[in-house]
Amino acid sequence: MAIEDDVLVIGGGLAGATAALAAADAAPDVRVRLVTYKQSTLRHASGLIDILGYAPDSPEEGPLVDPFDALSDLPEGHPYERVGSDAVREALAFFDDVAGDAYAGDHTDANALVPTHGGTVKPTARYPVSTADGLASDDRDALLVGFETLPDFEAPLAAAHLEAAGAPFSARGATIPFPGVVRDDAKVTRYAHLLDQDETVTTGAGETGAREALATTVAERLGDESRVGFPAVLGDEHAAEVRADLAAALGADVFEVPMGPPSLPGMRLEDLLYDALEEAGVRVTSGVPVIDYETAEADAVAADGGSGGDRIERVVVDRNGTEIPYRADQYVLATGGLVGKGVRSERERVFEPIFDCHVPHAADRYDWFVDDVFGDQPYARFGLASDRELRPLDADDEPEFSNLRAAGAVLGGYDFAAEKSGAGVSLATGYVAGTRAGEEAE
Amino acid sequence: MSDAEQPTDDHVPGAEEEEFEPIQVFPEAEEMDLRPGADNCYKCSTCDTNCPVAEVDDEFPGPKFQGPEQWRLKRQDDHDIDDSVMKCSNCMRCDSACPSEVPLSQMHNTARGEYVEEQMDTFSREYLRNRILANYRRLAPLAAAFPRTANFVMGLSVTKWMGEKLLGITSERDFPEFATETFREWWTKRGGAKVENPDKRIAYFHGCYSNYNTPEVAKALVRVYEHFGYEIMVPDQSCSGTPMFANGMLEDARRAAETNVRELAAALEDGADIVASCSSCSMSLRQEYPELFDFENTESVAENTWDAVEYLRVHEDLEGELEGRSVDGDEFDDFAYHAPCHSRNQGLDGQTIEVLSVIDGIEAHDVGDSCSGISGTYGWKEENYETSMKIGEEMFEHMDAADAETGLTECPTCSMQMEHGTGYEIKHTLEVLEAALVGSGSAASGRREAG
Repeated sequence: MAIEDDVLVIGGGLAGATAALAAADAAPDVRVRLVTYKQSTLRHASGLIDILGYAPDSPEEGPLVDPFDALSDLPEGHPYERVGSDAVREALAFFDDVAGDAYAGDHTDANALVPTHGGTVKPTARYPVSTADGLASDDRDALLVGFETLPDFEAPLAAAHLEAAGAPFSARGATIPFPGVVRDDAKVTRYAHLLDQDETVTTGAGETGAREALATTVAERLGDESRVGFPAVLGDEHAAEVRADLAAALGADVFEVPMGPPSLPGMRLEDLLYDALEEAGVRVTSGVPVIDYETAEADAVAADGGSGGDRIERVVVDRNGTEIPYRADQYVLATGGLVGKGVRSERERVFEPIFDCHVPHAADRYDWFVDDVFGDQPYARFGLASDRELRPLDADDEPEFSNLRAAGAVLGGYDFAAEKSGAGVSLATGYVAGTRAGEEAE
Repeated sequence: MSDAEQPTDDHVPGAEEEEFEPIQVFPEAEEMDLRPGADNCYKCSTCDTNCPVAEVDDEFPGPKFQGPEQWRLKRQDDHDIDDSVMKCSNCMRCDSACPSEVPLSQMHNTARGEYVEEQMDTFSREYLRNRILANYRRLAPLAAAFPRTANFVMGLSVTKWMGEKLLGITSERDFPEFATETFREWWTKRGGAKVENPDKRIAYFHGCYSNYNTPEVAKALVRVYEHFGYEIMVPDQSCSGTPMFANGMLEDARRAAETNVRELAAALEDGADIVASCSSCSMSLRQEYPELFDFENTESVAENTWDAVEYLRVHEDLEGELEGRSVDGDEFDDFAYHAPCHSRNQGLDGQTIEVLSVIDGIEAHDVGDSCSGISGTYGWKEENYETSMKIGEEMFEHMDAADAETGLTECPTCSMQMEHGTGYEIKHTLEVLEAALVGSGSAASGRREAG
């Protein structure tokens, strides 16, 4: 026996979750499972959904106004080129449905400009509602508030950067102590928890709830600004309530500035997606890696019509040393790139560790990188090549397996960090891979 | 070919001909040395966002500090283990948080062991208290011999007051009740296994709690497995060691583990697989033993240990068998299910919901991914009680909001906390399976009372 399902998605990030949701959506009778090893790298993610911020061949021309305009010019092999721009639009609409009113930006094709914690602006297609009042295209003056114990956001510096970058408003920064936090390196979850639970804290003015104490401290610094930006630690489960309370007490709109990892907006997106998975009846197994696979007998492959490559019969999940078989009809590989360890490297080779799918790369490792740190790094594009069905291709451009598709950063041919396309590619390829897997498993 | 693939050393004549061997950066370890693992940490801090203690306790510096940073500091010998390591609750959530495979909980366990060994005064109240809590297994037989007296004495407010004043054991909690008949007594009285089957055999690691406090869970396992035709062995066993790891009592844990590995390895020889009903016990056998000890057969015991429900899912058609069955009686209605941290870390957090969804008329509602907060002996310590309840608050809220008034979990201490925080009666998944597969009549007797 094995744990039996129809579609098995390996990987629990944005691509994997989207693939599982899309499979369940495309074929409601199909049983879908998502297996994820480590917690997804969504906790590292800003929570912003970028489609394409910069053109890969001409980044120096600055941020793209309309990402969809640029999709048709992408080189062959780019994941967007593989799935086509209609699929990108469908995937984004699918995301909008799942996200509901937690995300904004769907009123326009144009990229929004969201200020980041460094004071730069990032072109993005969708953004959490918590950042909506902070957009750089908005001309209202802004006060940015940083906390003494949170060195990742230096508010005066970020404000100066924003003004220098030509933001159409004046920005001012203030650094305050966070009521209730005395540790120099308190965790971001600590701030969020204090506000979420509105815990009682002691300040110079006596004992009050954390939200009120924070608002009182900020009010003393607030001038004519009609909006106030905080680092993105304003609550977790009750984030909307925290923001509303602060805004009411301050008499100004309140927004969050996305932060580096670990990131609350990333965690909230993770929660949103996993709630949707539960709602859709997708079974989730987390905390254990898929380590191996078995192919079907030769006659089973022949009966399948031999649609290119072997057929995966089942995969093996390692449960702290015990090997557990999981069987499905269709598989989606969404294990991430070099950072997520879906693609790995050794001194001699770059490889995909579960199915050993072919990863195109130069034989000489000195050709894997260029000396200019910010240059066009070949390793940034490392990943699987795929056909238009997103089936990984071997060295001869034949599908590795007839029932395996790939999605997200495990795919190669694009540099998500340079072109700001990580979330969009995960959504589009996850959507296509999941939909096809669901349809075929039916 | 690049020089990195075949490097040459200009300073050593003739070196070109020799086969290249990568430099051994760290000397061969003679004892536990976790510094190499520390280098895998790139300080993304994801572990910190998963730490239930750091979220509510402003004093606790979090798993990244306790693990890789502490072991980096210790590269120089003049650094002591930081005493905050005793605030870690050993929930082990940091392990599955880490995207870079840093062995965090192993580092914490080792650091705690070293701290207790070298820095803690063995005559201190804290040491004595921790030793008593960690070695509950040693006291339990005495209490179990006189369960009614023990329950009476432990329930007295004067006992609780003394426990708090003398030992620092919180008086807020009620001591778990001891069963009037232990599981092993019941097992012996019934004459051992009722099924003989050389082809389907399991060795049951029942752990302390289901032996002394909730034998109904252990009996449920026996009835469910016998329903599927398994011959059950109940080998001699000691505590799994979990409370000892959590208190840095590694020598106590080593002694217990040695017994368990020896006895369980013998059961493997007899053709049995090992099955546990408590998620911390299975975690201990599967992960902590191989990380911390190297007795003969430690690895094979780890590799052949299973969670009781998962074993049936993989080896039997459990869901097929449950299909269309229903459960009699009011006590099996809908459940508010909490996945214990140590289930979560074994990838078993979704299992109970999946399996029970097949049974007609009952549903298990997941109450979310927060930690219950008690973490074994952690929430029993006076100084941790408040932290423990703050961590649990989210779970209590979700249990209250769920459409159920009975709790469900696989961890004995999580169930104490669930009961303590909500007043709900708490059951184990195996009890529900027993009721569905073999009827609840036999299970009703000896059931523990809520509150």
